[in-house]
Amino acid sequence: MSGLVHGAVYGVLILAVVLTTSGLWIWGERKFAARLQTRLGPTIVGPFGLLQAVADVLKLLQKEDIIPAQADRALFNLAPVLAAFCALGVAAVIPFSPDVIASDLDVGVLYILGLGALTTIAIFLGGWASNNKFALLGGMRSVAQAISYEIPLVLAAMVPVILAGSLSVSDIVRWQVGHHMFALWPIVPGLPAFGIFFMAMLAESNRIPFDIPEAESELVGGITTEYTGIKFTLFYMAEYVHTLVGSAVAAALFLGGWDGPFAPGLHWMVAKTLVLFVSVYWIRWSLVRFRSDQLLTMCWRYLVPASVLLVLAAALWVQLFPEFL
Amino acid sequence: MLSLYLPILVILLAAAGLATIIFTLGVVLGPKNPTAEKALPYESGSPSTGARNVRLSIKFYLTAILFVIFDIEAVFLYPWAALFRRLGWMGLVEMTLFLTVLVITLVYAWKKGALEWEK
Repeated sequence: MSGLVHGAVYGVLILAVVLTTSGLWIWGERKFAARLQTRLGPTIVGPFGLLQAVADVLKLLQKEDIIPAQADRALFNLAPVLAAFCALGVAAVIPFSPDVIASDLDVGVLYILGLGALTTIAIFLGGWASNNKFALLGGMRSVAQAISYEIPLVLAAMVPVILAGSLSVSDIVRWQVGHHMFALWPIVPGLPAFGIFFMAMLAESNRIPFDIPEAESELVGGITTEYTGIKFTLFYMAEYVHTLVGSAVAAALFLGGWDGPFAPGLHWMVAKTLVLFVSVYWIRWSLVRFRSDQLLTMCWRYLVPASVLLVLAAALWVQLFPEFL
Repeated sequence: MLSLYLPILVILLAAAGLATIIFTLGVVLGPKNPTAEKALPYESGSPSTGARNVRLSIKFYLTAILFVIFDIEAVFLYPWAALFRRLGWMGLVEMTLFLTVLVITLVYAWKKGALEWEK
């Protein structure tokens, strides 16, 4: 019973922190992007424009909710809620420290990948139910991209599973802590697997250079074309939460999670997550968008074979050098 | 066992509740003034042209089929990955054979032009 209370309290706490961080980052990203482009960013609302996110949300709440006449109303309304639900739900099994975790699920990695993959359905629902050709094309492209990058994502996440011999995220972190490497040891399957996981995560959360589903210069707004006000906000929020939670998963699986000297584990985990999270946006504001076919080509011709090789390399390492694990 | 899954349920309920509350807030607070023009499909301000159920390229279906092959492979691989240490060399050999068949699948699809999206 105490386990349930502990888990539920931390779970709700983690959800609140994830949401607050995503909200604050609306301001943070605008400031960050502004500095990259030698602008000032938001300065008017509150000190340093800090209340900009609050103002944005208040404004979006007051916008008219327009549903196109020929849209599939039920699915049209379900899509943004489902997107936000899936993105938030993944946070349940991420260990921020040995104690700060909602549930140390024994099949945690599978849970993360499964619920994370459901976001694809939400995005496609939105594109399909809008009954608008831009939205439909955005949705189709999004599915093609997300399911393609699902394969390298799943295979790259298998490398730590093989090395640690467990599907529980906490066990994988604990296994890394035992080696004091602050990252997945050994380097050979570990580092490339992290690279592939990170790239696939960018693609899964539709981040530049993989933001084909939005592609505002060719598809108007992609799947969000027909969405207004709060439903658009929910999609937007889901994207931020998805990126944040994905960064946390990458930090736990590949970068040693709460492992680190001098500071409490929680600080290390949060720092690693935020570094990854900010790099996603650094990439976003630095690079341009790929073409749809370039994306799929890179995935199937390079990333899939490479990740299959990495899985075999990890297995070989376990067999050949069990004493170095 | 239950203590592992119940917190997940709590969080999923919290996540669903949160998303629904935000959604409802927006729908309740926003003005409602629908007109026939607003309810038209968006097309940069001009009347919508062409069919909205556009015909999609066959490459989307090819991608989906490839995905099914490889995703099922991944599902097979996960239990193996978790238990790999207990399976030893035999486990490695068996999985290498399985993966070889899959890589042959990929090579076949590649040679047949399933990976030529630019054409």
